[in-house]
Amino acid sequence: MAGIIFYILATLAIAAAVMVITRKNAVAAALYLVVTMCALAGLFIQLGSLFIAALQIIVYAGAIMVLFLFVIMLLNLRRDEYGFDSRLFQRLFAVILGVILIIQLVVVTSHYQPYREAQPIDQAMGNAAALSKKLFMQYLYPFEITSVLLLAAIIGAVVLAGKRNGD
Amino acid sequence: MCIELMLNAVNLTFMAFAGYLKDYSGQVFVFLIMAVAAAEVAVGLAIIVAIFRHKENVNVDEMNVMKW
Repeated sequence: MAGIIFYILATLAIAAAVMVITRKNAVAAALYLVVTMCALAGLFIQLGSLFIAALQIIVYAGAIMVLFLFVIMLLNLRRDEYGFDSRLFQRLFAVILGVILIIQLVVVTSHYQPYREAQPIDQAMGNAAALSKKLFMQYLYPFEITSVLLLAAIIGAVVLAGKRNGD
Repeated sequence: MCIELMLNAVNLTFMAFAGYLKDYSGQVFVFLIMAVAAAEVAVGLAIIVAIFRHKENVNVDEMNVMKW
């Protein structure tokens, strides 16, 4: 049962991700990205961490994608304004790189050993207490630096996109 | 948006290894990556809005001057 759910979620995530990069309509691409993130949240639940899954929905699908949609609708892009005017050598190079990446993927996953079902997901991984023990004790310094980073991002965003005095 | 796809792929890798190695450090890193992604999206979209104020389109091929 867990295997079936995993395959459904993984296929959904990959299909939605392919739809993101092939849509001409930016709003459609953003909405397919929301689908991808929700599928990933389902995969995170399967990996045992309910906290990270909730964070994924709240932060990624709920804040970042909403910000994307705000800006897309603010810029009000027309459909004919963006076309595929990439040069031939760019497309050729992209195809070659894609083939190399697929070969790498096949080589790496060919050493696959089946996940041993006898190891159940650690029950403590679901709650936030176990994660926060690590976050606030061992990784306290990155946590505090992240708060400074967020402050810098807020100031940067306000300065860049705010109204000038002459407007 | 493709940056968000790549960051989510990395998140999934970290979570998978955190579950496999029974180490919570992977999940802590996922947390920090989410924070960094949020900050980067905010600043990136602010830049795009600022560019759109000057020129009325956001086609990257036409941003070819260093200062205007």
